[in-house]
Amino acid sequence: MNIFENEWRKFQGTSWKESINVANFIEENYKEYVGDDSFLEGATDKTKKVWSICEDLLKKELEKGILDVEVSRVSGINNFEAGYIDKDNEVIVGLQTDAPLKRIVNPYGGMRMVEQALYAYDYELDADIKKHFTTYRRTHNDGVFSAYTTDIKKARHVGLLTGLPDAYGRGRIIGDYRRIALYGIDYLVEKKKEDLLALENREIDEYTIRLREEVSMQINALNEIKAMAEKYGYDISNPANDAKEAIQWTYFGYLAAIKENNGAAMSLGRTSTFLDIYIERDMEEGFLTEEEAQELIDQFIIKLRIARHLRTPEYNDLFAGDPTWVTESIGGMLENGKSLVTKNSFRYLHTLINLSSAPEPNMTILWSDRLPENFKKYCAKISILTDSIQYENDEEMRPIHGSDYAIACCVSAMTVGKQMQFFGARCNLAKALLYAINGGEDEVKGGLIVEGFDKMTDEVLDYDKVVSAYDKMLDKVAKTYVDAMNIIHYMHDKYAYEAGQLALHDTDPEKLMAFGIAGFSVAVDSLSAIKYAKVKPIRNEEGIAIDFEVEGDFPKYGNDDDRVDSIGVELAQKFYDKLASHPLYKGAKPTLSILTITSNVVYGKKTGSTPDGRKAGEAFAPGANPMHGRDESGAIASLNSVAKIAYKDCCEDGISNTFSIVPNALGHTQEEQVDNLVNLMDGYFTRGSQHLNVNVLNRETLMDAMENPDKYPNLTIRVSGYAVRFNRLSREQQQEVISRTFHGTI
Amino acid sequence: MTGYIDSIETMGLVDGPGIRMVVFTRGCKLRCLYCHNPETWDKLGSTTITSDEIVSRAKRNISYYKNGGVTFSGGEPLLQPDFLIDCLKKLKEAGIHTALDTAGVGIGKYEEILAYTDLVILDIKALHNNDYQLITGHDMKDFNDFLKVVKKKKKKLWIRQVIVPGMNDTEENILELKKFVKKISNVEKVELLPYHLYGAEKYKKMNILYPLEGVPAMDNDRIKELTSLLES
Repeated sequence: MNIFENEWRKFQGTSWKESINVANFIEENYKEYVGDDSFLEGATDKTKKVWSICEDLLKKELEKGILDVEVSRVSGINNFEAGYIDKDNEVIVGLQTDAPLKRIVNPYGGMRMVEQALYAYDYELDADIKKHFTTYRRTHNDGVFSAYTTDIKKARHVGLLTGLPDAYGRGRIIGDYRRIALYGIDYLVEKKKEDLLALENREIDEYTIRLREEVSMQINALNEIKAMAEKYGYDISNPANDAKEAIQWTYFGYLAAIKENNGAAMSLGRTSTFLDIYIERDMEEGFLTEEEAQELIDQFIIKLRIARHLRTPEYNDLFAGDPTWVTESIGGMLENGKSLVTKNSFRYLHTLINLSSAPEPNMTILWSDRLPENFKKYCAKISILTDSIQYENDEEMRPIHGSDYAIACCVSAMTVGKQMQFFGARCNLAKALLYAINGGEDEVKGGLIVEGFDKMTDEVLDYDKVVSAYDKMLDKVAKTYVDAMNIIHYMHDKYAYEAGQLALHDTDPEKLMAFGIAGFSVAVDSLSAIKYAKVKPIRNEEGIAIDFEVEGDFPKYGNDDDRVDSIGVELAQKFYDKLASHPLYKGAKPTLSILTITSNVVYGKKTGSTPDGRKAGEAFAPGANPMHGRDESGAIASLNSVAKIAYKDCCEDGISNTFSIVPNALGHTQEEQVDNLVNLMDGYFTRGSQHLNVNVLNRETLMDAMENPDKYPNLTIRVSGYAVRFNRLSREQQQEVISRTFHGTI
Repeated sequence: MTGYIDSIETMGLVDGPGIRMVVFTRGCKLRCLYCHNPETWDKLGSTTITSDEIVSRAKRNISYYKNGGVTFSGGEPLLQPDFLIDCLKKLKEAGIHTALDTAGVGIGKYEEILAYTDLVILDIKALHNNDYQLITGHDMKDFNDFLKVVKKKKKKLWIRQVIVPGMNDTEENILELKKFVKKISNVEKVELLPYHLYGAEKYKKMNILYPLEGVPAMDNDRIKELTSLLES
């Protein structure tokens, strides 16, 4: 069967033609590239013109906070007129609203967030819209807060649970945007209609009723995507006919997602090798040059760089730098031992040279030691030059998700179009440990947060006693956390369903519910201090430990010392098992991450002094990183400690590690630096670790950038699962980044 | 066998090829004016470690090494010949590449040490005895003895020299170094290391006078210029 004879010309394989199966299409048609980067071309004049307009706008945006916001319409796939940056020079078109960097109001997630954000930037929402969403309809936020339990509200208030997606979009859902390019909208609608009909044969229970409503919404959404594309003069009923259309169709799918939703992380998926197939076909047919191919990719990337969501300034404290996590996963292997690296994998990374370094899209290399050497070297080179890419272990993730998975946000793997995630921020395990010591009372804000515990009164903390109380505390905390997540995702589906993104999934995909840990290294070192040193609490009048005196030394996480690392391994596993013991909404499978993004600063601020010697208010280390300066045995020892935490069946939502090294310590010449970085990644990832952010820079550069931001407008650094322009961090966050361990400082 | 060390860096990337574990031994007879590791001069207050522990730690990180391995630096590793030989021998048995980062001033057993050393990173402080004495406070004879054995054994060599402004940053010096190196076989690389100020803080902490007080760090561009003289 070849229903699209023209569009599918020269494409091999049959399975992907019989049902929706992009992975199979890729396997059958892509051309692995093992050569080097010498084929790459620079930016064209058109690209330069478009990008220079964007750069001016970005500068203005940075000065004002936001450039503009549309206050008379709300979010929706087809709620805005067509918009352009520079119509004559844009080869890929489509903006979220009718003008670049103009943000969207999304009231479905919650009105409070919208109103606070507009107030902060001095805008006022259209009165009718406001009335509609406050009088006639409820929002996700309304729903969640009607159902939240007392325990959840308390845990939220003190910062035991933070960053829950209960006031805006949950994000971390990746539509398979490639499906539009490969199949066209009409075929996708037809398939969804078949699924809807097939659901009639089931027992019409609550689950099926809800699913039938969802599929109906998905069909509407697909038609809206088609209508939105029409505004730009494209008919996307049928599959894409060439590379330009394939990129454009794919982008329309992503664009629909960011018009409809404002999730924290709105990731792109895994598009580079898919699109390479179209580029190769065009080149074979003789109507696309390398320069033109790079132009298409550069301009696609420009669009991804200017995606925006309306946020409050408080949101920026948690996730600094206006991130959108347009994560694109590049590289990786197939089961047959061939890599998925194509020339287009290089072209994507090359945009960091053509358009200078930038945090978005969040370029993520799916690493395997078996990737082509030339590609590994090119990645290392781009890391050294731009500090803009991150690495994740394909050899750990592929066995779980198959070879067509992508990363959402920072470190969350999911099979594209077949799995979706219920995102759930994180729980402060360092604070939970203090609760175990303080009888469930909060050490900063006061008040009884978790009931059923006695305050410890020992002069010196007893390890076994603390471990046993902590274990019971984590039982309670896990229950509260699961309750919060079940409520949030129930309400999100009800009030802010992502119909456009889920239309680009299989009907009823597998659900992952992603829990998270913050304060990991602080909790681990604290337990180690209690076990191996003498820890004496200093208590206030109410008997709450507000500080600790530590006598003697203790092994610290980050030195490849099993005595303490094993405490960390057990803690993660224990917390996961507790979460997994509860039933989850829609039968989701629980996953766990150790990832903080920049929220480690805020978590630290909200947490009192801890038994590891960290003082009240001091920032936590990011993600799964050892605490700043405590990894004293060199980078390899530090990496080894993190690598011990289990990915499979424990932290399947990711283990984030951010690594900074001084250029001179990495090698004397660029060639040496590249080789060393490749060896480092090979070494780290063959130990079963999951993620590595690489920064190659001097602390002095950052200190200078702090004082003279104008000198470094493009300085980009990897923080924890994402990259950020250094000058967009708050001063506190900048200081925290500077205080991190820089390996190789003499 | 037990040795005296200051510390172990698990990821050294500049002291030999690839990713390396660098063992900083304690004790040194030289007192180079620009020394940035004064804490390694004296064995007093050092950490002791067995050769088996060193080998087991190196083996643990073998996945990172590829062309890398273990480098003994210091301090002056040649001052603990028996410990050094024991470590090197065991590392070679484990198939790990070994390098010796040295100023060439030890107490003998050089033949045996070099038998288990894959690469010698030799720091040539100066080419003439009077300059050498000025910089190191030590006679050049010991260095020459070591160099003789290195030459005889035809060991693979990386040559290094620290370049200090106003002391040895002249073209004449570099050209003379070039001539000197030409007479040694098996030199893979000659590196000029720019003098930096990172060591000064340690002197302050240890309460010793910093001999190069007021001397600025070596300019990196000048180092590049001088290095290009070596290549021509």
